[in-house]
Amino acid sequence: MKMSDKVPVRLTVNGTSREGRCEPRKLLVDFLREDLGLTGTHVGCEHGICGACTIMLNGEAARSCIMLAVQADGAEIVTIEGLAQAGQLHPLQEAFREHHGLQCGFCTPGMLMTALDFLHVHPDPTEAEIREGISAVLCRCTGYQGIVNAVKAAAPALNRSR
Amino acid sequence: MKPPRFDYHAPTSLDEALSLLGRYGGDAKLLAGGQSLMPLLNFRLSRPAALIDLNRIPALAYIKEADGQVRFGAMTRQRAVEFSPVVQARLPLLQEATRWVGHLPIRTRGTIGGSIAHADPSAEYPAVLAALEGQVVVRGPRGERTLRPEQLFRTYLTTSLEADEILTEVRLPGMPAGAGYAFEEFARRHGDFAIIGIAAMVIVEGRRCRTARLATAGAGPVPVRLRAAEEILEKDGLGDAAIDAAAQSAGELVGPDSDIHASADYRRHLTRVLTARALRRALARAGGR
Repeated sequence: MKMSDKVPVRLTVNGTSREGRCEPRKLLVDFLREDLGLTGTHVGCEHGICGACTIMLNGEAARSCIMLAVQADGAEIVTIEGLAQAGQLHPLQEAFREHHGLQCGFCTPGMLMTALDFLHVHPDPTEAEIREGISAVLCRCTGYQGIVNAVKAAAPALNRSR
Repeated sequence: MKPPRFDYHAPTSLDEALSLLGRYGGDAKLLAGGQSLMPLLNFRLSRPAALIDLNRIPALAYIKEADGQVRFGAMTRQRAVEFSPVVQARLPLLQEATRWVGHLPIRTRGTIGGSIAHADPSAEYPAVLAALEGQVVVRGPRGERTLRPEQLFRTYLTTSLEADEILTEVRLPGMPAGAGYAFEEFARRHGDFAIIGIAAMVIVEGRRCRTARLATAGAGPVPVRLRAAEEILEKDGLGDAAIDAAAQSAGELVGPDSDIHASADYRRHLTRVLTARALRRALARAGGR
């Protein structure tokens, strides 16, 4: 594939088949935002440190700023837009609202996707495990306490919905 | 903060990847998990003519046991290593070290082969490879060769792989049942590269230490195997005095640099402290025989 040729990218996002064409160098996060219009996923540091761009890739959290869109061809992706169902907030979103797990909201999409994957792996986490898990995403507002409380509170609800 | 232009190839077999690599004569980069290469591209610190993406080669992702070794296809995700029952049973040191590799979302993509071929001196997997006396398998147009860590790691971010070769497999000898182990690390934030990391394994027989293994991350341009410190333990056992003497020796065996993250003196200090901690934790886990 030559450098400026556009390539087709077909993938499933939040349960819907989507398709676009982009240069191979296009980052997945930019493809989601610019080509598919899904601007809920945020672009933060663009080098895999801040975690704001975290999405679910085939059921596992991954950074969409250090992955190419073309690499996601054929993949199943869930973004922050896919969490709420039929106007009902996801239990994790409810918990973040209830426990003040966000302030400016910039890190929140990545924080939620990271916490979701974390809770799949640790259905009944200790506070230390939660702190290690969410250390994958940088939040500059909350001081993290509200986020820790929210993740802890969401765990039983997520277990019930499984 | 966006990658420069490059030709993009996603071969589906190793042979295809090798022929592409040969065609670009050193101007192509292999894309494994991308958790180090993609940031370098985004910063435009790396401007390869082509990317050869190994993520569509299923034959490069596996974990299997053979001849007392655990063999990992180079594209095995760190996340797969972390949750592998084989790794848990045969290589608990590797499993513990994996939890220090970035964060879970990084380990979703990051690979064992990529981490070792990238040869970041503060990375965890090269230290484990050194401590366990593992090997890597490398394929190129001249065939296959097997390299030990001291043959592989040359200096910062540099291995002895030729431009037309691909690291295809990582081999680690299974740890003997009852071996004690610990991976200790200090970083300013969890998930950052280590300022110092220590991989330790001990095999205890009665009051003796039959085998001690110690290797560092972050203490110089390549992982350092702390052989003289190991010998103290193998001679004097795992009492407090011997552990303290081994830790002292560890601090003298490393030649760390000063950088923005830590001074050389501080790294030596951490090498001593973490060596002692790792040994005490390893000893507590060791089953005597």
